[in-house]
Amino acid sequence: MATTALTGRPRPLLRWKQPSVIPGFGLTLGFALTYLSLIVLIPLVALILRPVDMGFAGFWHAVSAPRVLASLKISFGAALLAAIINAFFGLIVAWVLVRYRFPMKRFVDALVDLPFALPTAVAGIALTGIYAPNGWIGRFFEPLGIKLAFTPLGIVIALIFISLPFVVRTIQPVLQDFDAEFEDAAASLGATRWQTFLMVILPSIAPALLTGFALAFARAVGEYGSVIFIAGNMPMVSEVAPLLIVTKLEQYDYAGASAIAIVMLCFSFLILLAVNRLQRHLSRHRERVA
Amino acid sequence: MIRRISPATLNVRSEPAWLRILLIAVSVSFIVVMLVLPLISVFTEALAKGFAPYLATIADSDALAAIRLTLLVAVIAVPLNLVFGLCAAWAVAKFDFRGKSLLITLIDLPFSVSPVISGLIYVLLFGARGWLGPVLDEYGIKIIFTVTGLVLATIFVTFPFIARELIPLMLEQGSEEEEAAISLGAGGLQTFLRVTLPNVAWGLLYGVLLCNARAMGEFGAVSVVSGHIRGKTNTVPLHVEILYNEYDFVGAFAVASLLALLALVTLVCKSLLEWKFGDRLAGGAKH
Repeated sequence: MATTALTGRPRPLLRWKQPSVIPGFGLTLGFALTYLSLIVLIPLVALILRPVDMGFAGFWHAVSAPRVLASLKISFGAALLAAIINAFFGLIVAWVLVRYRFPMKRFVDALVDLPFALPTAVAGIALTGIYAPNGWIGRFFEPLGIKLAFTPLGIVIALIFISLPFVVRTIQPVLQDFDAEFEDAAASLGATRWQTFLMVILPSIAPALLTGFALAFARAVGEYGSVIFIAGNMPMVSEVAPLLIVTKLEQYDYAGASAIAIVMLCFSFLILLAVNRLQRHLSRHRERVA
Repeated sequence: MIRRISPATLNVRSEPAWLRILLIAVSVSFIVVMLVLPLISVFTEALAKGFAPYLATIADSDALAAIRLTLLVAVIAVPLNLVFGLCAAWAVAKFDFRGKSLLITLIDLPFSVSPVISGLIYVLLFGARGWLGPVLDEYGIKIIFTVTGLVLATIFVTFPFIARELIPLMLEQGSEEEEAAISLGAGGLQTFLRVTLPNVAWGLLYGVLLCNARAMGEFGAVSVVSGHIRGKTNTVPLHVEILYNEYDFVGAFAVASLLALLALVTLVCKSLLEWKFGDRLAGGAKH
């Protein structure tokens, strides 16, 4: 066995930490891990172990209740729709902010982050006021027989609001780094501008677009604060899954609440996994280009 | 040789003017309708009946108690996450150890958890029918429906903000400067205060700003653990909901306008930091 000359102690064959002259490793990592465990890991494990507590049959019974299924369908459906709309408009906004010059561009750019900064409850009551039948926008749809607030459409509107920045902010840096010489090459080979966009630019920003879409989708599925004001919250029609968790908690139905939560959590982890893989692909791609 | 760029070369990198104008118009209208209108409506609704009722709502004792509570929660939660962020970033950026990328993933975990679930996990642990609730109750410790619960839920939802700002920044900067300071005889704390901290100060401020905005504005997670006791466990966002559900719309929007102002101040500071010190923030400064 190899021994170090100085101490004569056996050196582990596989070291889990590289030696360093900088102090504080044990202290900082120890504190970080303790804090992480106490605040995040242990409480999350307590949730995940709930089905063990209540039995798998009880878990399945809670998840397959019609009202629960309906709420999950509404949450996922509205979030998917909002993420698709945001992927479309988010791409245009990112494109315009990176490529074009126009007055007040910095101001518009800064505004994109508003949904991150504005508390969800504030967004919720403001959107409800605007899209209500007598609101600034709702009044134009009322004569057409279209109700926006207090319907599933209202949920989609709130979710578009809160998840817009994810798409824009994920695409922007990638578009910024895109080498315009590829466009010149495409043009010199006879491609039209539209062909260049579809076949040269879009493929290289596609991973970022997908990542932004996934992040927006994940955020929208779990959204609560902005939705509950505008949704109308009718069971089976416009009741989102997070609201049903709250309702079940208020009735001390811990098993029912945790069952819905676990389904949503599993979904979040899948999304997180997908985003991680996409991002790895993205960075590899960017290294190759550079 | 001087390279001359003919107008034709420039043209292949851009679109015809009508399309540019159309795309700009679509973007700006989308942002105005989706983002600016709601923001303006908060202030117009709040002032719908003039200044006096506006001020009366904000000076109401329940509203003031909510403001105090929100400030208290932020004052506890943000510094704790700050210490955690610094420790995690130091351990991750200055050392090489196994499981590092797992640690970074775990730190980001709270971002992918629904706010309601962030509150739920503490109810499952500390609630009246939770795992630890009955035990703690015997010792007279209550967490759910108290300020402690609010602080815990707020720490959870704001957990990653500062760490995820500092980690990429400190990874980018490497550890040569610290190694130099140590080899010249500086102590660990001295190295941290005089070498590391000045290097990451703006990134740190950026993270604190975002962390604070979320801590003061969080709704879902605190709603689950609060119990909505007026004057006791009611934060500002929860107070907005109570007033709104009581059909006191002017009151709800008046209190909401305070939060909207906080959001605007946050946005302005954030933009200033990005414009002035963008090079000293982490590469992926935008969230």
